[in-house]
Amino acid sequence: MSAPVSAIRDPLIEGGKTYHDITEDICSPTEKTPNLAWIIAFIISASALAFYVFCVAWTVWQGIGSWNLNRTINWGWDITNFVWWVGIGHAGTLISAILLLFRQKWRTGVNRAAEAMTIFAVMCAGQFPLIHMGRLWLAFFIFPYPNTRGPLWVNFNSPLLWDVFAISTYFTVSLLFWYTGLVPDLATVRDRARGLRKKIYNFVSFGWTGAAKHWQRWESLSLVLAGLATPLVLSVHTIVSFDFATSVIPGWHTTIFPPYFVAGAIFSGFAMVQTLMVITRKVLNLQEYITLEHIESMNKVILLTGTMVGVAYLTELFIAWYSGYIYEQFAFYNRVLGPYYWSYIGMMSCNVLSPQIFWFRKMRRSIFVTFIMSIFVNIGMWFERFVIISSTLARDYLPTSWSYYTPTWVEIGLFIGTLGLFFTLYLVFTRLAPVVAVAEVKSILKTAGDQYVGNGAQAQAGTVEQKEVH
Amino acid sequence: MQKEVLYGLYDDEEVLLKAISRARESHMNIMDVFTPFPVHGLEHAMGLSESRLHISGFVYGAIGALTAFLFMTWVFTRDWPIIFGGKPYWSVPAFIPITFEVTVLFAAVGMVVTFYTICGMWPGVKPAVLDERITDDKFCLAFDATHSTEEERSAMEGFLSSSGASEVHTKNV
Repeated sequence: MSAPVSAIRDPLIEGGKTYHDITEDICSPTEKTPNLAWIIAFIISASALAFYVFCVAWTVWQGIGSWNLNRTINWGWDITNFVWWVGIGHAGTLISAILLLFRQKWRTGVNRAAEAMTIFAVMCAGQFPLIHMGRLWLAFFIFPYPNTRGPLWVNFNSPLLWDVFAISTYFTVSLLFWYTGLVPDLATVRDRARGLRKKIYNFVSFGWTGAAKHWQRWESLSLVLAGLATPLVLSVHTIVSFDFATSVIPGWHTTIFPPYFVAGAIFSGFAMVQTLMVITRKVLNLQEYITLEHIESMNKVILLTGTMVGVAYLTELFIAWYSGYIYEQFAFYNRVLGPYYWSYIGMMSCNVLSPQIFWFRKMRRSIFVTFIMSIFVNIGMWFERFVIISSTLARDYLPTSWSYYTPTWVEIGLFIGTLGLFFTLYLVFTRLAPVVAVAEVKSILKTAGDQYVGNGAQAQAGTVEQKEVH
Repeated sequence: MQKEVLYGLYDDEEVLLKAISRARESHMNIMDVFTPFPVHGLEHAMGLSESRLHISGFVYGAIGALTAFLFMTWVFTRDWPIIFGGKPYWSVPAFIPITFEVTVLFAAVGMVVTFYTICGMWPGVKPAVLDERITDDKFCLAFDATHSTEEERSAMEGFLSSSGASEVHTKNV
């Protein structure tokens, strides 16, 4: 075809697939009855989700007093979880948007599932600020609507309100981007289905036919949405970091926060993608589409962003010392050696030290190491947010109000519950839609399929490679 | 209105691209081309004009930027001025994040709605599917044969099979 074929790159699609094989392999899991592993996983996730509903009801009924927050430590697990989930929700759009702009072909194997994961993670993230408000039923107060109180408008100068706009825009744009990419594949599922199933997929695929003009517009739309989503994804965690950086709390009031939060978000997002992909490719038998090549690429991103986060941690310490400002110095002394020293150790070891293992190619290509590392990074990034939030607030300006915070069962339940929400949605998604972008994988088959490129390429590969670029 | 469509199914996109060029050279009127994935070079082969969708995106984005910025300006300078942290009423730098987010929101939502509208796609639309394998692995080149004579019809059929189509069919849609 028209794109140049590299002889150096390893293939991204293995098994000598034809177009029909791709359709068959990726769509058929949605047409079969779920296996036992799926059912067990679903029962566990749905139970966690049910417990989440219970914990929310408990919080609303009893009030925020059912949490261990107090006047000093007014942000605890709730905002830690919020920032953690938002961070996880960054990888999907990064993979689908930034890698699209950079023309990275390996994105096609993982973008669909990663975008779905993004949407579910942002849904989980959105829960916490809402519940944290206490009076959940008045949550609409955060929107600037003409109300009967004046109208009294919201404070457009507040980073917390910027967050409202950032998160809701990010959710909407990610959803539209994901769904528009999904429409052609839903049409593929529709054309394989019969009866009621066909009617349902006909409804959700919006009458897609695959006409040339539609594809042209679809590609144009994808490209512009990617162009919009790229600064958007960087803005979202920047704005989340403003929640802290614009305050006057030592340890929070730092200009390094935006880039440091964005790097951390990509880091944790990729870790969650790895956790899910390692399981998904095995359970749905998609090893030929989500190859070791994909996993290695993502591990490289994890190594890079993990190291960036490490540099940010060390820079913070250096600047605290160099500033000569005793409150800043104390804040960081307290982070490392204060009452929450254990979470600092957890953060440093999981986020900075352990990813260094990925300097070794053998480790990057090991499924077992990848899975364990992805869990480590998820834990480490949770600790990072906990370190920033709780250890800082526990030792504020006034020693008489110093305190120590441990969560109640309700707060722990809310966190476990959002994990339930996340995995329930993901499991349902794997049953309803193709988890790999069928059309996009087909479009790279001739430039990345193993019968055309790499060591195992057959004789016909020669003819493909000689095709000129136009 | 019902149309009678004469179409050929190809197994490979490169054969299809060559067939399209040949059809255009011999001035045959291609009704449409259907493919399972975005085929690189298809719009050039068919001579499609560039999509103007991105222009609409710019317009929606500009509307979003103005809406957000002017609204915040109106609220904080005219409707209900409040001093926050000793800053001026019209504190422009603080308006930037929301202006940016609303710009992106308007551009994205507007473009997606425009895309589905101009493509005539919406939940519940009944698609004119010529062949169910087009979304799988077949590449379809379609001619409108509603008003064609027998002679023209056999010319189309002849063209399709000689240009490498593995199947040739007629269908009313």
